[in-house]
Amino acid sequence: MTTLDSSKEIKKNDSEASEHHEDFRMFGLITFLIADGMTFAGFFAAYLTYKAVNPLPDGAIYELELPIPTLNTILLLVSSATFHKAGRALLKNKNSDTQKWLMVTALLGITFLICQLFEYFNLPFGLTDNLFASTFYALTGFHGLHVTLGTLMILIISWQTRPKEGRITNQNMFPLEAVELYWHFVDGIWVILFIILYLL
Amino acid sequence: MTISIDSQDSNNNSLQPKGWLRYFSFSLDHKVIGIQYLVCGFLFYLIGGTLASAIRIELASPMSDFMPRDVYNQVLTLHGTIMIFLWIVPVVNGAFGNYLIPFYVGARDMAFPRLNAVAFWLIPPSGLMLVASYFVEGAAQAGWTAYPPLSITTPQSGQIIWIMSVLLLGGSSIFGGINFIATIIKLRRPGLKLMQLPMYCWAMLGTSLLVVLSTPVLAGTLILLSFDIVAHTGFFNPVLGGNVVVYQHLFWFYSHPAVYIMVLPAFGLVSEILPVHSRKPLFGYTTMVFSIMGIVVLGLVVWAHHMFTSGTPPWMRLFFTIATAFIAVPTGIKFFNWVATLWGGKISINSAMLFSCGFIINFVFGGITGVALAQVPFDIHVHDTYFVVAHFHYIVYGGTVFIIFSSIYHWFPKVTGKLMSEKLGILHFAITFIGFNLCFAPQHWLGLNGMPRRVAEYDPQFQFVNQISSLGALLMAISTIPFLLNIFLSIKNGEDSGDNPWNALTPEWLTSSPPPVENWEGEAPLVEEPYGYGKPISQEN
Repeated sequence: MTTLDSSKEIKKNDSEASEHHEDFRMFGLITFLIADGMTFAGFFAAYLTYKAVNPLPDGAIYELELPIPTLNTILLLVSSATFHKAGRALLKNKNSDTQKWLMVTALLGITFLICQLFEYFNLPFGLTDNLFASTFYALTGFHGLHVTLGTLMILIISWQTRPKEGRITNQNMFPLEAVELYWHFVDGIWVILFIILYLL
Repeated sequence: MTISIDSQDSNNNSLQPKGWLRYFSFSLDHKVIGIQYLVCGFLFYLIGGTLASAIRIELASPMSDFMPRDVYNQVLTLHGTIMIFLWIVPVVNGAFGNYLIPFYVGARDMAFPRLNAVAFWLIPPSGLMLVASYFVEGAAQAGWTAYPPLSITTPQSGQIIWIMSVLLLGGSSIFGGINFIATIIKLRRPGLKLMQLPMYCWAMLGTSLLVVLSTPVLAGTLILLSFDIVAHTGFFNPVLGGNVVVYQHLFWFYSHPAVYIMVLPAFGLVSEILPVHSRKPLFGYTTMVFSIMGIVVLGLVVWAHHMFTSGTPPWMRLFFTIATAFIAVPTGIKFFNWVATLWGGKISINSAMLFSCGFIINFVFGGITGVALAQVPFDIHVHDTYFVVAHFHYIVYGGTVFIIFSSIYHWFPKVTGKLMSEKLGILHFAITFIGFNLCFAPQHWLGLNGMPRRVAEYDPQFQFVNQISSLGALLMAISTIPFLLNIFLSIKNGEDSGDNPWNALTPEWLTSSPPPVENWEGEAPLVEEPYGYGKPISQEN
């Protein structure tokens, strides 16, 4: 093998090659989100099938209170808008504004999770009570896990956007855009979940 | 990717160990990762093969005398899981895909090299977990399908480790799939059109779509199953009001496409090998592409043909029978295209070609039994009998594993710069082909006569046929010896192959063998006619 000789050439060739092709990290992320969406699709399919064919035992409670989840829906939708604001601010090179909007988004995410936990503690059923309860917790829990991860990522990129030293600038917006897309995805899933689980 | 990240990657690359040590490193080179997949997969194949031998030894006599019944169930569970998730899927996708796809699209590496290395390095630890699950108290014994309520009611610690392992392997598979899609769609050399790509790219594109769309559903299902086992929820437990058929639907929504995840890449590989060794262009390139995409679409809507005996309503049976029968159309098109490629060609009878022809013969047989199994009345008769075992192994061993061997013989000179011994190769083919058919052809008869699968004991009237089958399994085990001998002897003192021993036209042969780290010394060649054999303008003259 001529590895030693060719390793010198790599750098030269590599910078040549990378000039040719566009940034396709976003493409990879979208593919990943499609895969992630399929996991939710599987859960939704299971839930709807159960609803259609598996009658619950007598006396099982499956009525859900609407106020908290409605508040949560509003929280997430607003947070999508604030995240968008953060991206716009970065385009204008106002890093501290970006950080401010990201913190607001993270705060909304945390509030969502607190409300979700509050709902969990006040529900009249537990994880193993009946099929509806199990599916409810599995679906909202899996979504909550996504929100938790998203909130953590928002906090990380907010730190990375700090003026002057931060890694994320309007020259290198990909981390912000990636988390933003993920966050919109999680919001979108919540809206579907809200309709299927609470409204149907 | 931005320039800064690319130069980071190459810096990392130059810090990688050289020589054989790089195969044990977190290498970002797609060729190293391909070989890592192949060797790792083959080691698991040897473990899975040993388990298969144990199964056939047990079945040589009607009583469960070689191992107790529960051990038999554990062995067949581990055999199936290892062979599918650690041998076929990683090798036919990961190994050949990683090695060949960047060459075929004219790139220097995969789209996401680090994700690629992560995808590979998930496999050895989860494989070890899977093997380890056999040794804990209560190993998994619900088969590779892990159907509840069996998987919930049998001892559970092994089953949980089994689930964790399969989840990690699924993750690895999804990362690989994302990488292949991005590489094929986005990383093509400028000027290279989609319809000029070698057929294996199309096969991998289709396979990766199936991986990305269906594997997450399996992951979700297994998460729910683990809830049932650990937290005693009742998703799939009828005692707690759950529904086992929902598990079957979700499981087969992945696991039927999984059959195509295992066999579509083999379709692609055989489409690369046949034109080279018969010196003819691939017959019907466009129909090949459309039939692959047809299989991808249809493959997603046929899953319930595995569940005709699960109380499936008549309309569902009708729909899935028809959809399954339709899959025979694109598959048949591909089959006739291969035969037409061979027709009138200047055929060289070498090991790669023999294994590919063996594939065509076995595959058409497995395909015919597949169409038969799609018919509800027939399926109800042979459901869960040895007929299904025979059909499945005709597709996955007679199909995919034959192509894996064929590909190893075909691309060995590419990877090592050495030729393999044809004598040992032909011996390997002869023993494998005879052994395989001796092992699995009689099982059709056993199944038609009602011998159930996954049971250690059977009616004594079946003993003679079972012994023939076990003899075939013995031959298959022996066939590994000339193969391994061939590999080691050829690496050590094989004849020098030169850069392009087969005079092939696909892009991977247009660089040195073995290739340099970033594939090409200069710019990647633009190959507009990867199958331009037998034409006046081609290299041959």
